[in-house]
Amino acid sequence: MPLVKDGKITGDGFVHVADDAEISGDGAILISAARFLQDPEALSRRSGRTGVIWPNNRDVDDLVPYLDRLAVVALVFPTYRGELRATGQVLRDQFLFMLRAGFDAFEVKKPADAEAFANTVRRYSVFYQPTGDGRMTALHRRMMLRHSESANP
Amino acid sequence: MYAYDELDRTLINERVEEFRDQVKRRLSGELTEDEFKMLRLQNGVYLQLHAYMFRVAIPYGTLSSKQLRRLAHVARRYDRGYGHFTTRQNIQFNWIKLAELPDALADLAEVGIHAMQTSGNNTRNVTSDQWAGVAPGEIEDPRIWSELLRQYTTLHPEFSFLPRKFKFAITASAHDRAAIKIHDIGLRLHKNAEGETGFEVLVGGGLGRTPFIAKTIKSYVHGRDLLSYVEAILRVYNQYGRRDNIYKARIKILVHELGIEKFAQEVEEEWQQMRATDTALTLDDTMVEDIRSRFSYPAYEKLPHMPEELKKAAHDPHFEAWRKNSVALHKVQGYAIVTLSLKPVGGPPGDATADQMDALADLADKYSFGEIRVGHEQNLALPHVARRDLPELWKALDKIGLATPNVNLISDIIACPGLDYCSLANARSIPIAQELTRRFANHDTANLIGRLHINISGCINACGHHHVGHIGILGVEKNGEEFYQITIGGRADENAELGNLIGPAVRYGDVADVVEDIVEAYLALRERPDELFVDTVKRLGVEPFRERVYATR
Repeated sequence: MPLVKDGKITGDGFVHVADDAEISGDGAILISAARFLQDPEALSRRSGRTGVIWPNNRDVDDLVPYLDRLAVVALVFPTYRGELRATGQVLRDQFLFMLRAGFDAFEVKKPADAEAFANTVRRYSVFYQPTGDGRMTALHRRMMLRHSESANP
Repeated sequence: MYAYDELDRTLINERVEEFRDQVKRRLSGELTEDEFKMLRLQNGVYLQLHAYMFRVAIPYGTLSSKQLRRLAHVARRYDRGYGHFTTRQNIQFNWIKLAELPDALADLAEVGIHAMQTSGNNTRNVTSDQWAGVAPGEIEDPRIWSELLRQYTTLHPEFSFLPRKFKFAITASAHDRAAIKIHDIGLRLHKNAEGETGFEVLVGGGLGRTPFIAKTIKSYVHGRDLLSYVEAILRVYNQYGRRDNIYKARIKILVHELGIEKFAQEVEEEWQQMRATDTALTLDDTMVEDIRSRFSYPAYEKLPHMPEELKKAAHDPHFEAWRKNSVALHKVQGYAIVTLSLKPVGGPPGDATADQMDALADLADKYSFGEIRVGHEQNLALPHVARRDLPELWKALDKIGLATPNVNLISDIIACPGLDYCSLANARSIPIAQELTRRFANHDTANLIGRLHINISGCINACGHHHVGHIGILGVEKNGEEFYQITIGGRADENAELGNLIGPAVRYGDVADVVEDIVEAYLALRERPDELFVDTVKRLGVEPFRERVYATR
């Protein structure tokens, strides 16, 4: 599946490894939370990059001790009754919210949608909240504009 | 008035284009109705019984005449020539076509009006006192902070998918006209010993199936910390609020189940942790001043409190009847705040026609520095009227049907759209309200009764705020028939309380008789003419009213 990352379409370098499959020491892998928690110490110290697929109803505290050593945390959006999240899809309309809330990358279901997702990132140019994604807030931009106006009367 | 700058306008326009794309994808079938539902709800679009309903935000209840004319245009061009003002400083259009919605939004965006987050599980329109900035004794204009909150909550990535809807209200007056105690977060502006602006923060108020009056979580939060403290509350709620059960998903349930002390402790921990690592949400004075500087205030003249025009008009009993309950003191001498009743005898509460809106916009230009306010009681107000102009204004308002002299009286009823429009309703609200306005159409009787608020909801979701009506009427359904539960003693102000049930539900045809019985009991029981209905209920409890109503039923 293609990945939209940092506003660009890229390939997914991580291999999904089933719970009963062998795990080698090297290579970038994505494994389930259950598999990971069977032996978190060893799995988080593999020489290859390790990612964990984390269901969003599982307590993140269980993962916190290993976060420094993990390459990817893939949050799963499961089925809720009737709501959009129910289908497990990420709509492009939610994409920017998620990027701003700390996500870096997404699996896009239909390859044809990847372009639309990439475009969605540029939909907004004004942001009201500081979220740690580096986008400057409107309040701060106003302060800068004021400052430059008063510097160049 | 708050003037949107280039940044605010850009964001609104970008939102319109996003919604246009979403509607296009829905109409082409690319989005299913289920997928589209969440997106349209983020933008105030509901699917009602007969058509899509479109809810437009009027942040903190302030409108310019230009904006009101544009609302009239939308009512005329895209709807059936009227709009409905709600209890949360919104206006609803009931007959809009999906394909035309993006154009309606674009028309509104030109005058700085939007529909962002007027529905859906997110932070809703921030409401405030409709007399903000003009009420005597107000500490400072709460709309500056309302606007800061509006911006902070608009398209917030972390809080656009909350367990359930989330509503803020803010007041800066001792008398609470914004009903902050029935909001998810209520803010009461006050100053600390050093004279610095801050807020008492209340949390967990709300009506609906499980009503609660909000509790104080912190008695003083400094203005500079308002956003970070609010974010800490939202984070705790977002983490622990229940997503598995829609009836238990509001923050009021979480606060109730954890207890206010435990909830406050969770918030405090989150807040301290946030503040230790990140100060991005701290407001510095220049940011607050920048927002403040974009609120403009009229150039008031020096005018007498009792001009000749007013003395002369005082001989006209019709004028006096209107003046006594529609005209309030203004913080500037010689000016008045004029409330315009949207509750004509026999009319649906809160409705205004496009022609009325246009005419009122003209009157606002002529008499109120082009400004109009919208209150949660579903009435409008002109906030800056020179007292000498009151007689002339009254005549002009009367001509357009906006001078019904019943503000705060028994026929000034709050009601939800009910079964006539709403797919959630169990029973009709509007015809009950219409019948009651006819029963109490006699102004002398209404005046004798004095201040009495009747609130009507057509279902347990309580959009008509029945729990906090002095008399509350809730429509329920029993075996396919409409029944109504009656409560008394509720109030939504600084002494907010939930009403108490007086007895078994009554039939549709009996509601107006029951209300008459309650009122007659009150008139017989009150100690003095100025003891308000709610105070009599407080003093005597429900029992004497119950006896009166059910003795013969």
